[in-house]
Amino acid sequence: MATAAITAEREHYLNKEYGIRSWLLTTDHKRIALLYLMSITFFFFVGGFFALLIRLELLTPAGDLVQADTYNKLFSMHGQVMIFFFLIPSIPAVLGNFLVPMMIGAKDLAFPRINLLSWYLYILAGLIYIHCIVTGGVDTGWTFYTPFSTAFSNTKVIEAGLSIFVAGFSSILTGLNFVVTIHRMRAPGMTWSRLPLFIWAHYATSIIQLLGTPVLAVTLVLVVFERAFNLGIFDPTRGGDPLLFQHLFWFYSHPAVYIMILPSMGVVAEIIPCFSRKRIFGYHAVALSSIAIAVFGFLVWAHHMFVAGISLYSAMIFSILSYLVAVPSAIKVFNWTATMYKGSISFTTPMLYAFGFIGLFTMGGLTGLFLAALGIDVHVTDTYFVVAHFHYIMVGGAVMGYLGGMHFWWPKISGRMYPEAWGRLAALIVFLGFNLTFFPQFILGYLGMPRRYWQYPPEFQVLNVLSTAGSTILAVGYVLPMVYFLWSMRYGKIADDNPWGAAGLEWKTASPPPTFNFEETPEVTWEAYNYDQIPAPEEVTVER
Amino acid sequence: MSDSPIAVEEHGPELRHHFASVEQQRDAASLGMWLFLATEIMFFGGLFLAYLVYRMWYYNEFAAGSRSLDITLGTVNTMVLICSSLTVALGVRAAQMGKRMLLVILLVLTLIFGLAFLGIKGVEWYQKYAEHHIPGHSFDASDLAKDYPQLPIDQAHDQIYFSLYFAMTGLHALHMIIGVGIFSFLLFYAWKGRYTPEYHTPVEIGGLYWHFVDIVWIYLFPLLYLIDRKR
Repeated sequence: MATAAITAEREHYLNKEYGIRSWLLTTDHKRIALLYLMSITFFFFVGGFFALLIRLELLTPAGDLVQADTYNKLFSMHGQVMIFFFLIPSIPAVLGNFLVPMMIGAKDLAFPRINLLSWYLYILAGLIYIHCIVTGGVDTGWTFYTPFSTAFSNTKVIEAGLSIFVAGFSSILTGLNFVVTIHRMRAPGMTWSRLPLFIWAHYATSIIQLLGTPVLAVTLVLVVFERAFNLGIFDPTRGGDPLLFQHLFWFYSHPAVYIMILPSMGVVAEIIPCFSRKRIFGYHAVALSSIAIAVFGFLVWAHHMFVAGISLYSAMIFSILSYLVAVPSAIKVFNWTATMYKGSISFTTPMLYAFGFIGLFTMGGLTGLFLAALGIDVHVTDTYFVVAHFHYIMVGGAVMGYLGGMHFWWPKISGRMYPEAWGRLAALIVFLGFNLTFFPQFILGYLGMPRRYWQYPPEFQVLNVLSTAGSTILAVGYVLPMVYFLWSMRYGKIADDNPWGAAGLEWKTASPPPTFNFEETPEVTWEAYNYDQIPAPEEVTVER
Repeated sequence: MSDSPIAVEEHGPELRHHFASVEQQRDAASLGMWLFLATEIMFFGGLFLAYLVYRMWYYNEFAAGSRSLDITLGTVNTMVLICSSLTVALGVRAAQMGKRMLLVILLVLTLIFGLAFLGIKGVEWYQKYAEHHIPGHSFDASDLAKDYPQLPIDQAHDQIYFSLYFAMTGLHALHMIIGVGIFSFLLFYAWKGRYTPEYHTPVEIGGLYWHFVDIVWIYLFPLLYLIDRKR
């Protein structure tokens, strides 16, 4: 292994400096990505722990493991941890941080110190939130609905609100860094129509982060002011309007779903051409559909409020606009499948996750249309149907894409290959466990089981047991990659610079990359996804 | 920075290693500040939306609350802030021309104007406190009903006006305090002579921030102080 000997001596971003200082004070986007990776993994398991407690409580119809108050805290904190501390930063702050500069041929993000600041803000937010958890938690649901959150809840709403405010700041700074980097730091020849679709997806995501997050921030500030200083902006006894809170909240929190799913779509758009050995079908359509999703995403928020007391007229308008989001989403799904058509497909782990993404995202998207339809929404609002729907998007979609991306770029990040057989097994377990967990919830919801209750009528037990069983399988599927990724850092096969024969610029530098990514700034003279000009590497071909 | 493996043309210490040229670095910094200001517009946008809704619903209460504000202090404060924007604009010019002492003087003047604004704002808030116009249990708007009999008001709804008044001016004042911090930082480095005609990006983007906070006040002043003062 000549490459092994060279890799062992070569200086790269991991072995350039050692010691805790060199990590905590780093401005290297790749090291910051790894800091984020460790911190979001921690919060993923915190949120997962709450999820398992919820599923255990729902194993039986009676409230036996926890009582109502504790249960309220469990689902509130599960939602807030998973959304604000895992899903929102997941792909952008880890894979995006690592890859955005490399994919466009830059040495770093435009503002490396602000990038580090955003991680510290995330950690500060995380510490405040952990303090909130251990000193009593919060029970408002992840949505902070007023007037419960402002006037009635006896839990740590102020702490949770401030923590999420700070986390939002961190998210804004990441998005700002990406937009400036993509605009100003592209290598010569890297035109907009040569950008990888991962970059387009992150560009769209960053726009949402920039324009949506501040609105959530000011809303949470007003909730905190109302609790702390007795202001009355959402207080109905003084003429304030709780619906105004809901409008402001969902103005961010609906687009936030696209902050979670768009980067995943970007990952899938990288994986599928690579393992189909074909140029992506309809590059411009896929690229612009990301922008379209970001734009439409800002126009549909009130579909969360169909039964909250908005007028039927505005409900109809928001219903139609919500259907519109299906158009760019479908463009993506059809173009990915068209890319695979007559491609030479290899069933590697990242590709399995991409398959999982397409299937589960499609189901989540189609049930989203059920919910956008006014008549059906009245029937299934606040039932497990909604719970199943958004878990198909957020877990089935976003997390599948995240895991697929982690496997795809792990050789670049660590310089080692993960064990392929274990990878495929874990992907299969995640897929089966996920469907067993959440498919029964569609049926439960349709039969009328409301969300956010710790007890339920006995006739719902069979489906709930299935769901709980699925969640334990899912947990195994999530722990496995963590174990073998750690294992592979020491024992994995040394990775080539480009083990998949992939097209992006990030594969044209060493694995792991040097601190400034490229020995000299690359000049791009080829179109994106030129798989007709890149031979497939031998291992991948043999395994097909 | 010097250990970068990439050969770059000769440049001063202000050019960070990952940029190809000073122009690229300045463009990036200025785009970054403009994007940040876009997020700020959305941040204040939420407040302006709430203001719009409630002003439509509770017009008389808003008018009465507005009249109870001290128009003289408000106007003086607006003038103070506009003057501070002038000194900032002149300061950016001084930095571009490399006039160090002029820049320092203008930055000091800006800081004085900024602190004067905060001081006057504090006086106004204290007046509201003394008049029991701070929302909460001791809120009392009976004086408004007495002073403006031509405006039929519901005292509970006047709490909404004053909630918005304190939220909007409070968050604006917080931005002013941050601005004072930024300008103290700029003053320190201007004094040390770091800013030259070739490198003065911090003064420019700090100036952008200051102008933005000023513009927010230019909207807040008529919205909060000048509602229907004729009737």
